[in-house]
Amino acid sequence: MLDCVPDKPVAHTAGKINPIKACQPLGAMYAALGIHGCLPHSHGSQGCCAYHRMALTRHFRDPAMASSSSFTEGASVFGGGSNLKTAIKNIFQIYNPDIIAVHTTCLSETIGDDIPTIIKQSEIPEGKYVIHCNTPSYKGSHITGFSNMCKGMVSYLAGSDGSEKKRRVNIFPGFINPGDMREIKRIVSELGVSYIMYPDTTGVMDSPILPKYEMFPKGGAKIEDIIDSGNSQATLALGSWASDEPAALLQEKCKVKGIPLKLPIGVKATDDMIMAIKNEFGVEVPESLDIERGQVLDTLIDTHFHYQGKTVALFGDPDHVIAMTEFLITMGMVPKYVLTGTPGSKFEKIINGMLEDAGIEGSKVRAEGDLFDLQQWIKEESVDLLIGNSHGKYIARAEDLPFVRFGFPIMDRAVHPLMPVTGYRGCLRLIEMISDALLDRRDRDCLDEDYELVL
Amino acid sequence: MENTCPLISETDAALITDRQSSIMTAGNNKKSISCDVDSLAGSVSQRACVFSGARVVLNPVTDAVHLVHGPIGCASYTYDIRGSLSSGPNMYRRNFSTDMKEKDVIFGGETKLIACIDEIVEKYSPPAIFVYATCVAGMIGDDIVAVCRGASERYGIDIIPVESSGFLSGNKIIGYRAAAEALLKLITPKDGEVVEKTRKLNYLGEYNLGGEKWVVERYLKEIGIGINVAFTGDSTVAKLKKAPGACLNLVQCTGSMHWLAGMLEEKFDIPYMDVNFFGSQNTIESLRKIAAFYDDPGIYARTEALIEREMKAVTPVIEKYKKKLTGKRAAIYVGGAFKALAIIRQLKELGMEIVFTGTQTGKKEDYEEIGNLLNEGSIIVDDANPAEIEKFLIEKKVDVMAGGVKERFLAYKLGVGFIDHNHDRKDGLIGFEGAVKFIREVYVTTCSPVWKYMKEGLKEEDDDRNSQQDDS
Ligand code: SF4
Repeated sequence: MLDCVPDKPVAHTAGKINPIKACQPLGAMYAALGIHGCLPHSHGSQGCCAYHRMALTRHFRDPAMASSSSFTEGASVFGGGSNLKTAIKNIFQIYNPDIIAVHTTCLSETIGDDIPTIIKQSEIPEGKYVIHCNTPSYKGSHITGFSNMCKGMVSYLAGSDGSEKKRRVNIFPGFINPGDMREIKRIVSELGVSYIMYPDTTGVMDSPILPKYEMFPKGGAKIEDIIDSGNSQATLALGSWASDEPAALLQEKCKVKGIPLKLPIGVKATDDMIMAIKNEFGVEVPESLDIERGQVLDTLIDTHFHYQGKTVALFGDPDHVIAMTEFLITMGMVPKYVLTGTPGSKFEKIINGMLEDAGIEGSKVRAEGDLFDLQQWIKEESVDLLIGNSHGKYIARAEDLPFVRFGFPIMDRAVHPLMPVTGYRGCLRLIEMISDALLDRRDRDCLDEDYELVL
Repeated sequence: MENTCPLISETDAALITDRQSSIMTAGNNKKSISCDVDSLAGSVSQRACVFSGARVVLNPVTDAVHLVHGPIGCASYTYDIRGSLSSGPNMYRRNFSTDMKEKDVIFGGETKLIACIDEIVEKYSPPAIFVYATCVAGMIGDDIVAVCRGASERYGIDIIPVESSGFLSGNKIIGYRAAAEALLKLITPKDGEVVEKTRKLNYLGEYNLGGEKWVVERYLKEIGIGINVAFTGDSTVAKLKKAPGACLNLVQCTGSMHWLAGMLEEKFDIPYMDVNFFGSQNTIESLRKIAAFYDDPGIYARTEALIEREMKAVTPVIEKYKKKLTGKRAAIYVGGAFKALAIIRQLKELGMEIVFTGTQTGKKEDYEEIGNLLNEGSIIVDDANPAEIEKFLIEKKVDVMAGGVKERFLAYKLGVGFIDHNHDRKDGLIGFEGAVKFIREVYVTTCSPVWKYMKEGLKEEDDDRNSQQDDS
């Protein structure tokens, strides 16, 4: 009933049908929420801001506060300078944030508002900050916007005092859930290395109910830490689409060594992150992490026959999908269709490289694809499992596929943002989700005589 | 509209001085509120944009392609945004975007738009395509009207521009109007075509969320009246084109459809009346009004029989939950005044006290009507922001709030129950059965055991508030 593709295969070259990406400001807004006491500000017309808040609210089930310059026709003709100045004044007066993080929308980009100049001309109370980034929505995707806001944080805030670098690591976590950020911080703590993570949406987008509601919850990266990040010894850039550029900027600006890594999803990517810290700081990997890793291997052995050789269609944000593809290969599964909506030709190269190394042939890989592409491929030749964000549920139903929700946005299930898919614990969770989906399907489909208690 | 609100004291004042005139207190003699104005820059308005208004009105047309001409975001966020159900086609649940790129912004997006239309016609041969202009398309001056006209002629189908550039206003009403204009274009008979008049009625401002249109359709059928077409819930292009054949237009969501109703009266001589099927009392009144229009003894009799039968089911539910809910304090913050009025009435029937009401797009008359329904001291706000919502929820010791997605989690964080009553709801709340569902929902969230745990944590902080709420 919810078929997105016509009966016959048709070429699809113009526009997008059922996209796998959103626009830059969404990512910028999410990143900005990862600074403590920050009010993200959307410089453009109100609708964009409302949409971005709504999208974040739906996924995280937490209020996503953000203000807008509320453009109308006048601003579109005469420029949005005065709107932004009024907004900055109002925001400090009403909401009193420590910092306002401004991002542009298509509209203000098209007009060409010169944000740095407008900010310079604005009234900014003593001790408060206003930072900005450009997020033209007609380039990249929400991931690009996330990366751009991280760059904004580096360029406005990070500094180095020229003294010897501190034995500390910066972490650019990428566009991941707060539950994942927490998990990554825990692993780094276990390794005994101090860290500064930014953005850090823990405590903000998974905020607890407390006796008193705070518009700016306790969580988020502290401004002074972001400033001090220029004095750290190294930076882990997790996920190249989201984090490479800000890490490179920090390296250039403050001479902090950037270490590009995958998002730590799956055994190998988690190993890589741990080894990077071990090598950089000369620490020993504690037994606790060895045990966690061993539990993952034990579980993989206990379950490998549930999923070995099964084919998977996987879609989502590039950093997520790349790491997940690697893990699926570790699990002995076959990533048959791999898509992201975000542009970037290196996506196809990386995935194809992984598939080739694993000796997997006949897979289809696409950057800047959409769900129309994916469903058409599935129609031509189906798979055993679908993995992706909530939008995949229509394909799962139309094509009768078991479905594992992974990535962003997930709007039809709760708890996701709190539960990690990163690190070794994340591996366990992914194995559980994947095995369960396949076993539930087997239970549903099998004949009475094949219905078994022990699987 | 120069009025401010003398009943609100200094400490009670809105957090932004510029917004004073958008807040008033019921029972005050000067019942005028500043509304219909642009939101203040930086105020965290809960409002959306013109495009969003147009999209929510048109999207339920089930067999049309809805093509958003702009960068990807606008389409992405409105992906299957409505809970509107279809009895047939599902084209409307797909999400089409021209996905404008930098190059299109610089050189113009018309070529790409044409290519997308061509591809869509080849792939799906839809009976109509709505092409929505977004901020960028409007800004760079793409002539979507000309592109649509050209494509329409090429393919012989309705390809209709919707002029919904977001920057035109922060108010969805402008988008409702753009949608209504597009609909009018669609249904106006082409030269020589005649639409035959019938005894059926059109049902405007009904979007079939969770099958709501079908509920009312069933009632009307039972009393002997047919629905010609709804605007736009579960409608198809062909059904909409029959719209001029109706003998009456019902207008439910007034904000989105009054203008169109007026146009239909002017062009096709179809009278209209406002109806409201939310809550049992509103439903009863509306059914009687419709019956009176047809003025037929059979219809009258069947209407009364239906009301009697349905109320037998509703009354005990009201009685049952009234016991639990009487005296609880409620807040309402919704998109349109039509919805606010319906909710006020339902909550009052349950013995609840409405202490705070606001809308994103209400008009002066709407606020007057709201003010008349509320008790002295109740706060009324136009275009509220989260700071105000938070302030009033706490100050007024609210137990439950009705609102949309952006208010839900704020309410929860403040320990306030929540009922979703917005256009992206997926579950119907209309008619007698909807009223029952609504009452249960109010009960479930207001009296959930979860608040107790929260209150235990709060005990030391604020004993006063706890004792207020403890009896659930
Ligand atoms: S694509 Fe542009 S106009 Fe649309 S929501 Fe994104 S920033 Fe706003």
